[in-house]
Amino acid sequence: MTGASIRLDSVQFSYGSTQMSFNLSVESSDIVAVMGPSGSGKSTLLNLVAGFERPASGSVMIAGRDVSALPPAQRPVSMVFQENNLFAHLTVAQNVGLGRSPSLRLDAADHSDIDRALERTGLAGKQARLPAQLSGGERQRVALARVLVRSQPVLLLDEPFASLGPALRREMLELVRALHAEHGMTVLMVTHHPDDAHALAHRIAFIEEGRVSACADTATMFSENAPESFKAYIGN
Amino acid sequence: MIDRRILAGSIGLAAVALLIGGAFAGLAAEAFHDFGRTLGAIDAYLLRVVRFTVWQAALSTALSVIPALFVARALARHPSFPGRGLILKLFALPLALPAIVAALGILALLGRAGLVSDLMTTLTGSRWQGIYGLSGILIAHVFFNLPLATRLFLQALDTVPSDQWRLGAQLGMGQRASFRFIEWPVLRTALPGVAGLVFMLCITSFTIVLTLGGGPRATTLEVAIYQALRFDFDPARAVTLTVLQIALTAAIVFMLIRLGANMAGDANLSVSPRRPVASGPVERVFSAILIVSALLFVAGPMAAIIVSGLQADLVRLASDPAVHAATLTSLVLALGAAVLSIALSLSLVMARRTLELHRHRNAAPSLLEQLFDTGAGFVLVIPPIVLGAGWFVLMRNTGLVFVVAPLMVVTVNAVMAMPFAIRAIRPAYDAASARHERLAASLGISGINRLRLIDWPVLRRPLFMAMAFAMALSLGDLGVIALFGSDSVQTLPYLLLARMGSYRTADAAGLALFLGIICLLLMTFVDRTGNRT
Amino acid sequence: MCRLLFSVSALALLSIAPASAQEKLTVYTYDSFTADWGPGPAVEKAFEAECGCDVEFVAVADGVALLNRLKLEGGNTKADIILGLDTSLTFEAQQTGLFAPHEISLDKVNVPGGWTDATFVPYDYGYFAFVYDTEALETPPASLKELVEGNANDKIIIQDPRTSTPGLGLLLWVKAVYGDEAADAWKKLQARVLTVTPGWSEAYGLFTNGEAPMVLSYTTSPAYHVIADDTQRYQAAGFAEGHYLQVEVAGVTTKGATNPLARQFLEFMTGPGFQNAIPETNWMFPAGEMSEPLNPAFDQLVTPAKTLTLEPEDIARNRKAWVDEWLAVMSR
Repeated sequence: MTGASIRLDSVQFSYGSTQMSFNLSVESSDIVAVMGPSGSGKSTLLNLVAGFERPASGSVMIAGRDVSALPPAQRPVSMVFQENNLFAHLTVAQNVGLGRSPSLRLDAADHSDIDRALERTGLAGKQARLPAQLSGGERQRVALARVLVRSQPVLLLDEPFASLGPALRREMLELVRALHAEHGMTVLMVTHHPDDAHALAHRIAFIEEGRVSACADTATMFSENAPESFKAYIGN
Repeated sequence: MIDRRILAGSIGLAAVALLIGGAFAGLAAEAFHDFGRTLGAIDAYLLRVVRFTVWQAALSTALSVIPALFVARALARHPSFPGRGLILKLFALPLALPAIVAALGILALLGRAGLVSDLMTTLTGSRWQGIYGLSGILIAHVFFNLPLATRLFLQALDTVPSDQWRLGAQLGMGQRASFRFIEWPVLRTALPGVAGLVFMLCITSFTIVLTLGGGPRATTLEVAIYQALRFDFDPARAVTLTVLQIALTAAIVFMLIRLGANMAGDANLSVSPRRPVASGPVERVFSAILIVSALLFVAGPMAAIIVSGLQADLVRLASDPAVHAATLTSLVLALGAAVLSIALSLSLVMARRTLELHRHRNAAPSLLEQLFDTGAGFVLVIPPIVLGAGWFVLMRNTGLVFVVAPLMVVTVNAVMAMPFAIRAIRPAYDAASARHERLAASLGISGINRLRLIDWPVLRRPLFMAMAFAMALSLGDLGVIALFGSDSVQTLPYLLLARMGSYRTADAAGLALFLGIICLLLMTFVDRTGNRT
Repeated sequence: MCRLLFSVSALALLSIAPASAQEKLTVYTYDSFTADWGPGPAVEKAFEAECGCDVEFVAVADGVALLNRLKLEGGNTKADIILGLDTSLTFEAQQTGLFAPHEISLDKVNVPGGWTDATFVPYDYGYFAFVYDTEALETPPASLKELVEGNANDKIIIQDPRTSTPGLGLLLWVKAVYGDEAADAWKKLQARVLTVTPGWSEAYGLFTNGEAPMVLSYTTSPAYHVIADDTQRYQAAGFAEGHYLQVEVAGVTTKGATNPLARQFLEFMTGPGFQNAIPETNWMFPAGEMSEPLNPAFDQLVTPAKTLTLEPEDIARNRKAWVDEWLAVMSR
């Protein structure tokens, strides 16, 4: 798995009465934190990349290819949500296995990949558990394990660790960083926490009222030179 | 300390038990010494009746529920299907139609003089004799219950979190995988309840079975009960047969519950109704075919009802004071029944959930918890004539019969609508509870405040949906009124049958159209109010 | 919700509307009698004018429900008069002991075969008949025998004797004609039966929708279509063996025996104030004196070659066995 560049060219989208228009360029294997006030359009941005929303105009490019018209499954993208990443009635192994085959037709190689992914995410031996028997952190690890077996060049994280405790969150961020080091996928991560951005992101895209109002490397964004509105947002 | 919600639910359940128990007590007191003889009266004829009753109900249930699974799924996967909202409203209408009106509508298409008659006569070479017999009964039952089941399944599918639809789309789940992993688990949870409800409606079928059954071969227990209480005036036999009917239903419903899975894990309400479903052109075509055939099946007889309704002198009917009075009575009764029904249902739903929270995760639900869930449903299999006669016996010496009559209509309709209302409310309430229970407890929000602040916003839609069901059901009900002196409460369907019973067939057709229009308006109103944010 | 329940009960209270100061007569009857288009309104007006009293009608579904209602209420009934039983129910009604002798003169009473009953007074009568659609059937059967043995493709719609009065009427008719061979007759007739409905309304509705060319109804049915719809399309088939007679009667309850208005009402019932309303609202033949001629449409109706009846007592005793016999044949 390697990364892929992402490019949004004047992507227009209306959500209710809010008009959104995104321009963003992310290099291959970059990690970008998407930050901004609630309702500014962070999740919508991710949904547009993932294909859950279709732009009214403009184009979404991944690895130089226009994917605007492609359905979600045909885009080289994996996504982890804040919750509901798992199907409650399927075991951990089955939930991960869905990343390989959406009808769960798995061969021996798939099974060993699944086991390896679970091991890599610290879930060895928990293949047969049901989601209800896992902690919140473990559930998100299952989701990451599925990302591994899917091995897509783009990973979208929609506040996946928002409901975890600080220690767990740090652990998960470490895991994402390690996975990124191993696989080099491009990561877009929506977060409210400056710490998350600090810990993981190379760059920060700041979203305000449906547009990307600033995009710069993390150091710049957390320095005196950051835009005023961003400083106000993070409370510096 | 007993939780207040359990207390409320227990009161609700007690009210239902009182309604049923009172009727039984009244009839039993009337015929106390006759019971020994009655038990001996279970003969070959009765066994044949029982067999046919269960057989037609089981077949009708299967034919209504299984296609409904797929129609509901098609509707769920195509949130922007043209006319979807109207289709759903149309699907609530059969509930409000008196059986004979529906039968005439179906016969206008498939009857001996129906639209298909010439075609079938040419095809088969002999005069088409209509659909009388088991096929006619099944078609009519599917007409009533397929749309109902579809709506209930669709509600269940609405509880799938939108993240899971997205996940399915991203993982590239095809139709089959998506059915297996996303839709079927939810549908399977809803299946026993929906199938049980449809079964109850079919097992008590009376007019449809007699009119379309073609002869006394097609006789249900309900007919035998009616006969026992009417011509033979044998309350003991009526009570015995009713108990038999309840026992049969309970056995079937119990089996269905055993078959159904009780889903562990948390249900979540979709945050966003916008649901991206990757559907290829093939699926779109199939779904469209499915939806359109279901629509035609339901809309065909409705169209026939409209056509014959339009031939009536609608202007005269619209200015007939008797029609005005009946419309007003129907609306007041339906509204009263719906409000009462929702209050009772909500109390039962809350109590059930509270009991569920109190028990250990993997412990089996207690009898009380199961009663809260399905207990009220059994009122559906008690013939209205039994409820009416039983309560009449209790009330006859009080001089209150006239006051009680409309209250009886409201109460019985309210309780009869409870199984529908509970189906609509429970998933949403349980989901809301799963999310807010602890928060509410920690903030000390309970009782009315909790209902108003925490539950109402989430329950608003399902509550209005339940209301729509209850009103439609009550609007079409002919009720328990027969013995109470029917002129004290004249509803629209009552007026309709009265006109039909005195050669005024055209008037009856016009009134059926009125009834349909009123029901459609109510649905629209309820939809609007329910969706307002 | 309280307010709602209140308004519902207010609705019910309105319907009672007792006029407390006046003398009052309570009549239990069936609902098509009291309907706007039924004889009730005219009868009520005429009798109230005559007696200066208040008449209250309480209506239930039909004659059978009427008897059940009385049985349930027993001696506590509010009814002075029970109006709307027919001859297949009178014996059973008599057995309840809840009726008092009518004690009025039957001079004005006029029903086929005469009337001598001491308890019940007839107010109208009619004959069961098969009504056919002249546009669908050119030659109707001329006898019950022809009906039973005729072309099975010319379907008929009948009613169920377990749930409906005309259904029971046909059962008695066949019994009166075929006696012990009734079961065989039903066996042959079965092939011709399109369907058996729970009541008259359903059957007649199917018939006018064209489902079958013939339906079990009354000889008077065509009069309705002539007078109200101005059409000769629907006619009754006259049967050579004769037609079964249905007489509708009223009686005074034991409670009503203490109310002088009750017997005054029965007296009134046999005269023009009541009888004039019957033909064109109840669509039956008047069983008493009218002050105006019968609408000519009634003169065109089939006149039965013979009036068939069975003894009320025989009916009461054998009804169950006869219905079972019918069931045994028809459910095969």
